Amino acid sequence: MKTKFPLRPILVAGLALTASALLWTEAVADGKHFFPPVTDTKVVAECGSCHMTFSPAMLPARSWQKMMGDLGKHFGDDASIDPQLNAEITAYLVNNAADANGGRYGGKLTRGIAATSAPLRITELPKWQREHREVPAWEWRHKEVRSKANCVACHVDAERGYYDDD
Amino acid sequence: MKPKLILALALSSLAVLPLAAQAGPIDAQLATYKAAAAAADAQFTAFSAERGKAFHNRAFGGGKPDTPACASCHNENPRAAGRAPTGKVIEPVALSATPTRYADPAKVEKWFTRNCKEVLGRACSPQEKGDWLTYMAGQ
Repeated sequence: MKTKFPLRPILVAGLALTASALLWTEAVADGKHFFPPVTDTKVVAECGSCHMTFSPAMLPARSWQKMMGDLGKHFGDDASIDPQLNAEITAYLVNNAADANGGRYGGKLTRGIAATSAPLRITELPKWQREHREVPAWEWRHKEVRSKANCVACHVDAERGYYDDD
Repeated sequence: MKPKLILALALSSLAVLPLAAQAGPIDAQLATYKAAAAAADAQFTAFSAERGKAFHNRAFGGGKPDTPACASCHNENPRAAGRAPTGKVIEPVALSATPTRYADPAKVEKWFTRNCKEVLGRACSPQEKGDWLTYMAGQ
């Protein structure tokens, strides 16, 4: 008589392993390279129409305040919006900034910024530059990348908040 | 035979409905620009998709050097996606490709204001806006 291959227990074990591997990956990402995506629809609509909607946890509150106070000269563009909407968006960014509710995620990225400075470019943060020092110049110029603000070109899951090494 | 015919009719009306629903806002917007264009120029008769196409592709040189034309970011082919200098992909500007695009008149005005300044270095005239919208409505 033929012995029956124990398919069921193997399948169950396999599934359990896959599930825990997935959970573990998420947990690691959460600790190191996770920045909660913006959930506020107004912020997504206004900030996200020209560029990726960056997580407020990527800059300190004073940076967001400075940026939102000078939208008429926003990296060379006039991105001004009406004052009421500006106030709402500023409140969201400030509340979730790296030195506010976003601290658990953005604390590391914003480490080393002088208390007196309010950087506007995430790509000029010391930690950001260290993390990207191995990216060659031609890769930044690639037609699918074009700008250092285009995170999603390399970090395929950036829109969902994951910025692991890709 | 008959049930099939009814089904076909039902399906075709379903296909037409969204188009009819979308035609509203863009037509209202065009009517507004038409009134403004006529007020600004007594010779004005109608918008032209041809002029709109030329406008879309023309390099103006009055705005920012990296965005000389509408087509710099929005693609020369309106039915294809474009890309902003930030690297972000922009949904096609042709109404047929992105039917929800012109639903909000305030949003349409907001983007004309912002983009005309960047591309032309000045505000667009009602006729320029109307021509461009007419071109996109027919695409």
